[in-house]
Amino acid sequence: MVKIPRQKMREQDPSERIHNFSEVALGFTKEMAEIEAQRCLQCGDPKCVNGCPVNIDIPNFIRLIKEGNLLEAIRSIKDYNILPAICGRVCPQEIQCEEACILSKRWEPVAIGSLERYVADWERRNQLKECPDCEAPNNIKVAVIGSGPAGLTCAADLARFGFDVTIFEAFHKGGGVLAYGIPEFRLPKEIVNDEIETLKMLGVKIKYNMIIGKILNIEDLKEMGFKAFFIGVGAGLPSMRKIPGMNLNGVLTANEFLTRTNLMKAYKFPEYDTPIKIGKIITVIGGGNVALDSARVALRLGAEKVIIVYRRTEVEMPARKEEYHHAVEEGIEFQFLANPTKFLGDDKGNVNRMEVIKMKLGEPDASGRPRPIPIENSEYIINCDTVIIAIGTNANPVLTKSIPDLKLTKWGYIEVDEMGKTNLESVFAGGDIVTGSATVISAMGAGRRAAKSINQYLRSKYL
Amino acid sequence: MPYKILKKNQLGDSGTLFEMDLHTPLIAKKAYAGNFIIIRINEEGERIPLTIADYDRENGVITIVFQVVGKSTLLLSHQNIGDELLDIAGPLGNRIHIEKFEDPIVIIGGGVGIAPCYPQAKELKQAGNRIISILGARTKNLIFWRDKMASVSEELIICTNDGSEGIEGFVTKPLRELISKQKISLVIAIGPMIMMKNVAELTSGNEGLPRVKTFVSLNTIMIDGTGMCGGCRFPSKDGEIHFACVEGPDIDGHIVDFNILLNREKRFAEFEKQSYDLYKKKCKKFDTQ
Ligand SMILES: Cc1cc2nc3c(=O)[nH]c(=O)nc-3n(C[C@H](O)[C@H](O)[C@H](O)COP(=O)(O)OP(=O)(O)OC[C@H]3O[C@@H](n4cnc5c(N)ncnc54)[C@H](O)[C@@H]3O)c2cc1C
Ligand SMILES: Cc1cc2nc3c(=O)[nH]c(=O)nc-3n(C[C@H](O)[C@H](O)[C@H](O)COP(=O)(O)OP(=O)(O)OC[C@H]3O[C@@H](n4cnc5c(N)ncnc54)[C@H](O)[C@@H]3O)c2cc1C
Ligand code: FES
Repeated sequence: MVKIPRQKMREQDPSERIHNFSEVALGFTKEMAEIEAQRCLQCGDPKCVNGCPVNIDIPNFIRLIKEGNLLEAIRSIKDYNILPAICGRVCPQEIQCEEACILSKRWEPVAIGSLERYVADWERRNQLKECPDCEAPNNIKVAVIGSGPAGLTCAADLARFGFDVTIFEAFHKGGGVLAYGIPEFRLPKEIVNDEIETLKMLGVKIKYNMIIGKILNIEDLKEMGFKAFFIGVGAGLPSMRKIPGMNLNGVLTANEFLTRTNLMKAYKFPEYDTPIKIGKIITVIGGGNVALDSARVALRLGAEKVIIVYRRTEVEMPARKEEYHHAVEEGIEFQFLANPTKFLGDDKGNVNRMEVIKMKLGEPDASGRPRPIPIENSEYIINCDTVIIAIGTNANPVLTKSIPDLKLTKWGYIEVDEMGKTNLESVFAGGDIVTGSATVISAMGAGRRAAKSINQYLRSKYL
Repeated sequence: MPYKILKKNQLGDSGTLFEMDLHTPLIAKKAYAGNFIIIRINEEGERIPLTIADYDRENGVITIVFQVVGKSTLLLSHQNIGDELLDIAGPLGNRIHIEKFEDPIVIIGGGVGIAPCYPQAKELKQAGNRIISILGARTKNLIFWRDKMASVSEELIICTNDGSEGIEGFVTKPLRELISKQKISLVIAIGPMIMMKNVAELTSGNEGLPRVKTFVSLNTIMIDGTGMCGGCRFPSKDGEIHFACVEGPDIDGHIVDFNILLNREKRFAEFEKQSYDLYKKKCKKFDTQ
């Protein structure tokens, strides 16, 4: 079995896909999925399950694929993960389940993510989505603040426990980063919308344009009869280092760049009203998913050359490996071990060059990765028309400021126990607003744990 | 949630200034001077910020006043009573600082900026302050809300660039006189960026006049209005980066680096023109003018 090579998803050809926003990875065919499923050794003590942050019973769903029972396979996944079409596409499998796969020691691991995606796509394509079983309605109202993966998961689980759930979302669309951050070619918005429809099937209500902390606060919600609260507002505030020239036109945050394109559909300007300006040469500062997404969006908007400038090396890049390979295939240029020192502009105040300094790697820092150290007098110039800053995000204080007693860390993230409880009775939290920028699956896991504790709390108090 | 237009008026007779009442009970309940909303008219629309120029909590209504400057505001002017806007988010931004001051407060509204002055004057007056209002515009037709502003002001000064009403000249002319002859505790200036810049310079203490604390309302280009995109950012003179949507929109005018900000606001000019021209062409057949 191990002699069967790992199946590789079909993909749009790089030379074609850089001109469109359609999905890059096209998924497995039925045959490919069946072959790949055979590669699974069905270990008695499966390591992959521990590698998965929500402990999907991986050998089980793969066995069901092998047996041709896709309906049971999707049910099995959904017992653990309600967003498999999304996770199959965006999870960093190479450091989770697939890293733990026993085959990866000597051969290539089973393509668990691609199989997960295959089953979820099969279900969606055939419109077989079932309304999961729910307990009888108990009419207790719970408010979920934020509709990112943490909020969506928490809301779904709470609805299944029988609660009357309302999601309050600040934007005019749901999905959080899934909607405004991750681009269409990596995660089609149709899939995100579809997941939100499933929530509605469960009876979850979604209210948009509801910036909690502004239009309503927790006290108002209590008056409206809500008995428990889940906060999943993400880590939306862009980090901006004070670099000279930061205020030149053409220097913008990845959040602005991605929100304009993904949420506001600036790539369809002037059919859509929101514009985006990029020019010919684009530099992106950073090495995470956000940097890669920005770079690849820039390319699709017509950039002639896109350069990612990252202060460490390829090895330390926190981005999903597959996306790095895709970016390389698409002709994105990488300048590793380099860090911007200033941005320079023309007489109209538009950025046209940036100065970077070369770096070398030193001892590991708090994150465990080697610390980048500037090499003196190694500055050089890169010409550019647009600079996109993708160096991370911070906690957004809009909501937390409106709850004065809520305990926060010194960086403004919400402090919770392992079950998602905050220091305030009836208030729970999870996702990026607790951990700082992390992953879709960890946000989902947090939403799920919090739903469990909310269930326990409300049952012991009201039922 | 439907956001219905309950009332629509043209202001003056310039054909570019409009007042609209919107049915938004939850926002009306929480609105204060300084707050704004972000609206999206339709699915293809931009998110555009507009100040809450008045609110009626009892009836769940807020008032906006806008000037047609581009595609989105033109499209908004084409919406009518009974129509619904697709999205309204708010109230965003911070309520202005309310305090009872010793000396009078001068509130300056330039053009469409007159509208946001009204709730500020109203709330500051309610707190026991004496208000001197200066309303300025290019010409008489662009001045509005004279009565409303008079009702919350001890003194109302009007100036027009062409002298068609009140003092001939810029708002800085009467302001200079006021601060040179009496003690003023606070100046509030809302209007075109260049007007706010000039006011802030005049009150900075560097013009041979006493320094007076000055607030300006930064109407920078925004997307989310919640601190998430950084599109609204502006630099202070010490090079720090600030976000107008979460720190403002009313900001100490003496810290703002207006020169950089004025340039930042031009960054989408070519696209704005393209979008406007395209829409104009589309509307041509409906145009009555
Ligand atoms: C460009 C980009 C690419 C990424 N790529 C990947 C990837 O490939 N794989 C991966 O695993 N992870 C990826 N991530 C990270 C992942 O998306 C996040 O970790 C995850 O979305 C966090 O989920 P969340 O539910 O905590 O918050 P978010 O997804 O941030 O959602 C928070 C929601 O709350 C709303 N909100 C905020 N404030 C309020 C308020 N006051 N009232 C009401 N609503 C509010 C927001 O509008 C938003 O909709 C990426 C992130 C970005 C930005
Ligand atoms: C907090 C805040 C409150 C505001 N309150 C009001 C208000 O009460 N009434 C009102 O009429 N306008 C207000 N504005 C400005 C308003 O948002 C813009 O006029 C509007 O977005 C322009 O959209 P457009 O598509 O019609 O024009 P665009 O095509 O976007 O622009 C046309 C012209 O207007 C300029 N412009 C674009 N955006 C802005 C902006 N944000 N501010 C100033 N000029 C801009 C452009 O430089 C260009 O010259 C406010 C802005 C902010 C940030
Ligand atoms: S408008 Fe996006 S950060 Fe202020």
